Amino acid sequence: MSTAPEIAGPVAPVPSHGGPLEPAPFTVRARAQETRDTVSLVLAPAPGSEVPAFRPGQFNMLSVPGRGEVAISISGDPGRAGEWVHTVRALGLATQALAGSMPGTLIAARGPYGQGWPVDRAWGKDVVIVAGGVGLAPVRPLLLELLRHRARFGRLEVIYGARTPDDLLYAPELAAWRGRTDARFQVTVDAAGRDWYGDVGLVTQRLPDARFDPASAVAFLCGPEIMMRLTAETLEGRGLPREGIWVSLERTMQCGVGLCGHCQFGPYLLCRDGPVLPYRDVARLLRIRGL
Amino acid sequence: MSGLRNAHVGDPPSHGGMGPAVGSRWLLARDEFPSLLDALRRAGYRIVGPTVRDGAIVYGSIRSVADLPEGWTDRQSAGAYRLERRPDRALFGYNVGPHSWKKYLFPPREHLFTLRRTDAAKFEVSVPEDPDPPMAYLGVRACEIAALNIQDRVFVGGAAVDPGYARRKARRLVVAVQCGQAGGTCFCVSMGTGPAVRDGFDLSLTELLDEGRHEFLVEIGTADGARVLDGVPLRPAEPSDVRAGEARVADAARAMGRAMDTEGIHDLLLGNLESPVWDDVGRRCLACTNCTLACPTCFCHSTEEVPDLSAERDERWRRWDSCFNLAFSELHTGSVRSTTPARYRQWLTHKLATWFDQFGSSGCVGCGRCITWCPVGIDLTAEVRAIRAAAPRPGPGAGGTA
Repeated sequence: MSTAPEIAGPVAPVPSHGGPLEPAPFTVRARAQETRDTVSLVLAPAPGSEVPAFRPGQFNMLSVPGRGEVAISISGDPGRAGEWVHTVRALGLATQALAGSMPGTLIAARGPYGQGWPVDRAWGKDVVIVAGGVGLAPVRPLLLELLRHRARFGRLEVIYGARTPDDLLYAPELAAWRGRTDARFQVTVDAAGRDWYGDVGLVTQRLPDARFDPASAVAFLCGPEIMMRLTAETLEGRGLPREGIWVSLERTMQCGVGLCGHCQFGPYLLCRDGPVLPYRDVARLLRIRGL
Repeated sequence: MSGLRNAHVGDPPSHGGMGPAVGSRWLLARDEFPSLLDALRRAGYRIVGPTVRDGAIVYGSIRSVADLPEGWTDRQSAGAYRLERRPDRALFGYNVGPHSWKKYLFPPREHLFTLRRTDAAKFEVSVPEDPDPPMAYLGVRACEIAALNIQDRVFVGGAAVDPGYARRKARRLVVAVQCGQAGGTCFCVSMGTGPAVRDGFDLSLTELLDEGRHEFLVEIGTADGARVLDGVPLRPAEPSDVRAGEARVADAARAMGRAMDTEGIHDLLLGNLESPVWDDVGRRCLACTNCTLACPTCFCHSTEEVPDLSAERDERWRRWDSCFNLAFSELHTGSVRSTTPARYRQWLTHKLATWFDQFGSSGCVGCGRCITWCPVGIDLTAEVRAIRAAAPRPGPGAGGTA
């Protein structure tokens, strides 16, 4: 006889929770105003919960509940367990809510997601890092990781560009980095007042000064697409093969796990296959408008 | 289960046992068709299938045979769809309409979960009560089975498994129908997805309808399919019945309304991302999103947060979205794909080329819905032909992704 209306067919183990989109509760432990519109938040998990480890270049999905969820790179030190640090620029509703979060604010967070910087490709090579604007945030964990293993690679050249001196992130840390004798940090801005004694101009204009052996170097780039493209072309012009260049790309991300389709960039789902991709694979695509 | 597999092909269906053998074929008289619906319901399934509504054949609840589009067919061409009366009383004598089964697996709006603040530093996550009964999809065509397989790969085939989709997939029963005709915008033969239903079904029906005969050839695809046939009056099919069914499918294969040359299509499209054809089709395209809504594989969606006024509760909802919407690619600097040509290019290259990179198959099954339901009659098979014709070096090897 036919039996009860129980579920017919092979019943796969189906999760009863919210699935990969379900966030975990965090609170803002500390907040630092980086610039006029950008803050860094230290997020601590609910008591008794673990913070998943991350690799430099990965991102999390964050929201002030009810105010919208957004993908934000992790900008903290991968060597420091127990917290997630994010640098957020207030641009839309979700990022405005995050940037305005004072210590104690409840944050819904999930991650980490994506492919980060291939740090191990730097070992034994000279390293060139070029960041533009808030693009320094996903580069910071990479820098901290590299500096922790300073003996493992050759020269370290960092070029950081921002719109104005007031837009420079991590000012105290930047000052300390610029004082190092085992690396060179060049900082340039698009425009500045008379109190700025540093460089003015594009990051590509600082590249001729960078010392690296093009035959044995890697480059990690993060910033506006046009900046990364021109930087990569300049590096190639100096003899660095494109196989040695990685870029961190940006598209809208909503799910972070390859389901929603928003972050497509040609053949890539940037949340899953990126955001860091070999420049070799995307050089042609970066030259096509509206992809 | 093993007893089922070992059952001798040709044994009559058992009553009270496990049912007939997987792979066996039977005949069901048209007059006995209601017994199949009864059996599906007895097995606990809500039946969904083709119904006539608003001048089209769409998928909805099936309570009795009277809900099926008996005696109806459709005439389809680019930008046009009309229902017409058939000279016979076929139950499945139509081609695919504007709906696809994805609306049951990947609902247009879905409440994913709710965050409820429990104290200053915590929230609880609750998942809505399981609203999904086991469902029997009645009348699934070969191209639609291919589409189910494609969406399965997207939602449950990767590292991140969508729990709602997985739950509904585990509870679906696929009752396929072999196509005995093809529509004016069909091109499943080109895509290798049909018209013959070969796998991916629990039961498959072929409507045999000629010279006063009206019967269904029933093929058992799975043990689940066999089990639900308990109590359905079947008689063994003869080889001549099987041949008659195959002849119907062969008729459909010969009647394809469209064809698309898929040779080297991945490299063809990615090697011609700046083809003048994108501007040409972009001038005709209204970016209305019809094609993506009608497409049985398009899965792009957006998530929305719906907070209550107290900000104590926050519901997360998912809704269908479309790469044709300006906001779909919005970044802080504006929409990446700000022009219609860029959005059409995104859709077509994703569907036919980058889907391979992302999910290991084409995203197109050749069902023709996007052609029929385009208000300006844009035909992707014609656009691919135009790109091929305009390509500086036609065919494979024209580009690639590097």
